[in-house]
Amino acid sequence: MDLIVAVLFQLIYVISNLALISLGLAIIFGMMRVINLAHGEFLMLGGYTVVVATNAGINIWISMLILAPLIVGVIGVVVERLLIRWLYGRMVDTLLATWGLSLLLVGIVTSLFGASTGTTVSPPLGVLRIGEYSASGYEFFLIIVTILLLFGVWLTLRFTKLGLLARGTMQNAEMASALGVSTSNIYMITFGLGAAVSGLAGGLLAPITGVLPTIGATYIAKAFITVISGGAAILAGTTAGSILLGGINGIFSFIAGSTFGEIALLLAAIILLRLMPKGITGRFFRKSL
Amino acid sequence: MKRKRGDVVVETRELCMHFGGVRAVEQVDFTLYDRELRCLIGPNGAGKSTFFKCLTGQLVPTSGEVLIRGHEMTGAEPFEIASLGVGIKTQVPNVFDGLTAEENIWLSARRWHGEARARALTAETIDRLDLGDIRRTLVGRLAHGQRQWVELGMVVAAEPWLVLLDEPAAGMTHEETYRTAQLIEEINKTSALIVVEHDMQFIRMISRQVTLFNEGGILMEDTMDAISADERAREVYLGHRS
Amino acid sequence: MTNSMLRKMRPTFIYALLGIIFMLAAPSVLQLFTIINLTTAIALSVLALSLALIWGYGGILCFGQVAFFGLGAYVYTISAINFGGSTWAILVAIIVTSAFASALGYFIFYGRVSDVYLGVITLTVTLIFFSLIRRTSGPEYKIGNALLGGFNGVSSPPINLPWNSASFLFPEQVFYVAMAALIICYVFVGWLVNTKFGRVCVAIRENELRAELLGYDIRAYKLGIFTIGAGIAAVGGVLFCNGVGRITPDIFNLYNAALTIIWVIVGGRGTLIGPIGATFALFYVTSALGGQSVFNNNLVLGIILIIFVLLVPKGVAPTIIGWASARQKKSQRRVRRRRRAEGTR
Repeated sequence: MDLIVAVLFQLIYVISNLALISLGLAIIFGMMRVINLAHGEFLMLGGYTVVVATNAGINIWISMLILAPLIVGVIGVVVERLLIRWLYGRMVDTLLATWGLSLLLVGIVTSLFGASTGTTVSPPLGVLRIGEYSASGYEFFLIIVTILLLFGVWLTLRFTKLGLLARGTMQNAEMASALGVSTSNIYMITFGLGAAVSGLAGGLLAPITGVLPTIGATYIAKAFITVISGGAAILAGTTAGSILLGGINGIFSFIAGSTFGEIALLLAAIILLRLMPKGITGRFFRKSL
Repeated sequence: MKRKRGDVVVETRELCMHFGGVRAVEQVDFTLYDRELRCLIGPNGAGKSTFFKCLTGQLVPTSGEVLIRGHEMTGAEPFEIASLGVGIKTQVPNVFDGLTAEENIWLSARRWHGEARARALTAETIDRLDLGDIRRTLVGRLAHGQRQWVELGMVVAAEPWLVLLDEPAAGMTHEETYRTAQLIEEINKTSALIVVEHDMQFIRMISRQVTLFNEGGILMEDTMDAISADERAREVYLGHRS
Repeated sequence: MTNSMLRKMRPTFIYALLGIIFMLAAPSVLQLFTIINLTTAIALSVLALSLALIWGYGGILCFGQVAFFGLGAYVYTISAINFGGSTWAILVAIIVTSAFASALGYFIFYGRVSDVYLGVITLTVTLIFFSLIRRTSGPEYKIGNALLGGFNGVSSPPINLPWNSASFLFPEQVFYVAMAALIICYVFVGWLVNTKFGRVCVAIRENELRAELLGYDIRAYKLGIFTIGAGIAAVGGVLFCNGVGRITPDIFNLYNAALTIIWVIVGGRGTLIGPIGATFALFYVTSALGGQSVFNNNLVLGIILIIFVLLVPKGVAPTIIGWASARQKKSQRRVRRRRRAEGTR
């Protein structure tokens, strides 16, 4: 019984981890059809913010929950104004430009902080006991935060004025513009928010993964694949994609080790895209958020 | 003019195209004869373009059958239908913008013939459609009417026995419209045609039998004069006068 | 070959001739070390050529083209170790890679997957290779006699004279083989894009629906050009592991996948010589930067990619061709104006 709970816990963690690292990308993709390949670097920057701030004496919770999203959010806004906004509608070009941005950010961080980790930060919470098995209390915390974050994004989109304007712009930008909405500002804010969510995710994961300039690469592939497989709906897509791909990853990892878990995830994504070329929410739950 | 009742070349049986709850095309039985020229008319949303796309393979019908020269082609891929010898011109011009007018037409001719004949046929088509001045121009740079004509050139160069045209006169000047009508008459000497159109003057220039669509179905099929005189047809158009 | 095709291929032949001259002259002028480095650059440029074909001409944005490159290298290495010689290994590498590409291509194109989603799938494929092969370090991971070697990779047996495994080629001779392979592939692709097949592929890139409405089965054409591109990439892979001496799974990583795309963007989509030139240029730039920390490779490559996407979206070669043809048109107009003025006097 305890084993089942422990395994289930791990499975849920894998799924929520996938959702956490993908949400920022999904917000930007769902809203603006921009595939931000520098997404991994936003996560990396969030991680660096936490490590640098905490080692400078700031409380870790503040670094993770406030500083990381704030700083990366601002960086996101700057990136949108300087780079992204010239390329709207040109999906391939934004892909390539953000790829360049990703390389650039890795390069800058390497220049500033060197190629390997200086110091790390340890996970602030202790260990949970599930009968004979122990699980990381911090992982439990992350699961809760992920769920709250998804809920928070849903609340924002559904019930706030910003959310309404954002959804309107997403469905029909020309019409929104004709109704007086500054679509340019909406895009800027959305991109900033997506970046902030990514920064938050990266900051939260920093105690577990450590920080390297190149750590973005480990995130981007999975996040990219989850978002595209999920399809255009931000929340439904991310959730569906995470559950499906994360579930497969978790199960295969449990059976045959993490390598096979990874490969199973990648193969599942290929098959998924072959069967549903527009992603899961291109076929199901099409009108959902 | 006495119409020759030759073979049936296009037939649909109880054709339906539903998009969720919207019944764009509902139980349409349609017949076209060899070398017949038929116009499809009707108000916006009547289902003519949807019906057209079921014939070209751009849409897979919800139910019913599409038969072209007796072959069942329901839900076939567009290239399969084109490969039967059907020339297709879409509502929005579909041309190769990055290539010259000559190359556009060559690609059509080359599908059916070897190098030498394709080149000759391309030159012939360019002369026939008077595209000589713009043969080396990139199609993306041409005006709308010229692009439509390049597309017609592509259709003609394939020497099809059946031609499907969706709004060939759209956006054209008076003179271009007249020339298009003439071209269609010429094509009709060797091929059957289905023309979807809104432009009433244009239809009067070319039409014999006209099929009037309304709300997904065929309301009536007759000559343009008969339709214009009909009460129901007038009602359906509500303000559209010819 | 028709007259018009020969005419269209004139630039191709000119560049090929320049290539031959370079091939013959270089070993006498350059140091051996440079020649060896050049061999690697040549191998990479063959990869660039393959993507220039399928993306620049065919419109297929394959993010994972490097997967075919690496696969070719691995298959060559493993086959050469098992066969005890290189001759059949080269053939096997090309065939296996092409077969894999056609299976993948069938899956993708007959499933009507396109655009971004195609990019994701191909990127995923190269990442799968990366993950898979990296973890094959143990002695139990081998094919025939060849250990897969995990993240350390495998040493590649050098190319030998056909069917004579004792007489393997020295670096200078490998350079000749590499240049010859590049020139042959380049001329082949230059010919291919002017055939009916090539021109239909370009048409498909321009407007898929219209190509279909003309009666072309676009799935088959895309599959064809995709497979040919993979075969050419495999040739590059064979050259690469000869130039470097070994092949590691790092070849499949995100950086190299990005680099391949960058070559074609910078060089120019729709040209062949552009991406080839860009490969050499960027190879030189990244080598010159060395492993230094401040102006590191990532930084410079990132800036280059951003600048090109924003400011020079067509790439170097087409922009230069654009200038040249604009100047030519201007001077032609000037001549005509002068003639008209003289005529009315």
